[in-house]
Amino acid sequence: MDQGIIIAILATAVTAGTPILYAALGEIITERSGTLNLGVEGMMLVGAVSGFMAAYVSGNPWLGFGAAMAAGGAVSLIHAFLTITLRANQVVCGLALTIFGTGFSSYIGKPFVGIPLKETFKPVEIPFLSDIPVIGPIFFNHDPLVYISYLLIILLAFLIYRTRWGLNLRAVGENPAAADSAGISVSITRYQSVFIGGMLAGAGGAYLSLAYAPSWLENMTAGRGWIAVALVIFAMWDPYKALLGSYIFGGVEALGFRLQTMNVTISPFFLKMLPYILTIVVLIIVTRETKTRKVGAPAALGQPYHREDR
Amino acid sequence: MRLITLEKRMSPIPMAGMVIPVISIALALLAGGVFLALSGKNPLEIYFTLFQSAFGSSYGFSETVVKAIPLALCALGVSLAFRVQLWNIGAEGQFYMGAMAATWVALTYPEGSRWVVLPAMFLAAAMAGGLWGLLPAIPRAFWKVNETITTLMLNYIAIFWVDFLIYGPWKDPNGYNFPLTAPFELGATLPSFGTSRVHYGLILALIAALLVYIILKYTVWGYQLKVVGESQRAAKYAGMSIVKTILLVMLISGALAGIAGMTEVAGITQRLQQGLSPGYGYSAIIIAWLARLNPWAILLVSFLFGGLLSGGFSLQSMGLPAASVYMLQGLILFFILGGEIFNSYRLKWIGGRS
Repeated sequence: MDQGIIIAILATAVTAGTPILYAALGEIITERSGTLNLGVEGMMLVGAVSGFMAAYVSGNPWLGFGAAMAAGGAVSLIHAFLTITLRANQVVCGLALTIFGTGFSSYIGKPFVGIPLKETFKPVEIPFLSDIPVIGPIFFNHDPLVYISYLLIILLAFLIYRTRWGLNLRAVGENPAAADSAGISVSITRYQSVFIGGMLAGAGGAYLSLAYAPSWLENMTAGRGWIAVALVIFAMWDPYKALLGSYIFGGVEALGFRLQTMNVTISPFFLKMLPYILTIVVLIIVTRETKTRKVGAPAALGQPYHREDR
Repeated sequence: MRLITLEKRMSPIPMAGMVIPVISIALALLAGGVFLALSGKNPLEIYFTLFQSAFGSSYGFSETVVKAIPLALCALGVSLAFRVQLWNIGAEGQFYMGAMAATWVALTYPEGSRWVVLPAMFLAAAMAGGLWGLLPAIPRAFWKVNETITTLMLNYIAIFWVDFLIYGPWKDPNGYNFPLTAPFELGATLPSFGTSRVHYGLILALIAALLVYIILKYTVWGYQLKVVGESQRAAKYAGMSIVKTILLVMLISGALAGIAGMTEVAGITQRLQQGLSPGYGYSAIIIAWLARLNPWAILLVSFLFGGLLSGGFSLQSMGLPAASVYMLQGLILFFILGGEIFNSYRLKWIGGRS
């Protein structure tokens, strides 16, 4: 393979990884507060369909992007209410959200299936940066949503590690009882983190329906929400590592596409399996690694908190 | 300022196991109805059509039972895993692997008699489904690798594998290029009751429910499942092997879903084809939870959800996608989950005090 093809694959890796990146960043915030939301796939689908509908009706993809974040945030509040206020089982509730999101997005998206979107997000070269050899075409010749995701990583890392809110968030996720006695409201912090997670999952879905493959198809996320959940573990709940992970997954997807067009003898169905197989393998390696290195999930992840039961 | 607080209940609500699911379903239908009305549809008409086509005629009724068979088998499998806090959401993939293995037997031995081929298909499907359940159980048992994600990833892999076969080596040469295998010979088909489409898989589902009930109620292993599910630490002190329990539960759980795949190809489609399952494995999760993991309740709830699926197809003639029933299923599960807190808590009005 010559250099041009490799650069093209790596550039596709970035765009293919971006929807997963948005969703994974959101889930990192959610899980940092000790709340597990397995409804990412459903929230992404709701985001993808509402983003598409808003962009199609208004003719403005930015409005679509905003609508997707609002819709993702709105459905995430169902999860927040059930798990935080009513203390429901977080795993089953997340599954319910995914099933609901699948059905809901099919229902409201029915009239829009297969219609191409006229106004989509288009690549914008960043002056100077896009002229850097190799790095430029890979990272700085994309649509604006990719650039927003770069900024988002820095913003979220700053929020988590350098602000009072981030400290509270981590305290609630590690030891909610101690955070509570320090005067931090556990439930308000958790509501906020679930809502942010929902908005970003919606944004990830919108990236699919507005930029990556501008159209709406039932189940168009095809498991990317679940890959994002796995990626959070791979990233060890750190935004910077989520970037690397997303692009590895994007890269595998991009490589699969490229091999299909190059008439290799492998069946396209086996190439399509690659990201899912990779997720399993990576998850096994990373889980073993985190066990030996004793770094891992927020200590209170998945446990409901209520004051009287301490 | 809080006006309402939750207070621990001293005694459980009488009949809570029945009352909460029934109220939850009613509220979910109400919420779904409000949503349908908001989007300009007539909810009463839709619910009536749904009910009428699912239970209103003998054909509709038999279609409901036909859908209930794979749902019940998958849900029984899922319920065993849930009992030990293993979140197996891979029933969909285990179903497809079972269907694939059964099809392999059917296509390899076209001349065989029913008495030989059907049991072979059954065993192959149980083994393939069981293996697909065991695969994520191994990393879960030894290194605590999150089984929710791995079981789900295996669903996609199984479906792509089936797609590869029906678009490639197994494609019916006389199938006008459709993604399906050749129809099975008579020896590989499950007989039906009378002229209906209800096949003998119904008996398998009933036997499976009985076996699960006996295992849970009368065997030492069933008791172990209960202990491991409630407290792994207690189970360890009592000398039970957690690793062995996880592996065995997931093997059986997958095998049951695999058997469901076999009954579907041998009883209904009589060939392997694309879109064999309309999401049985996912509905099974809701059914198992709604039935509170009780095998008899699973049969009942599967029947209701079978009605939801068979009635769902009639909604397509009203311009609704068949997947809309998943919206309703999701809503039902939300209300069940939300309602569960009232088993152990009750709302208490505390006025202006905080």
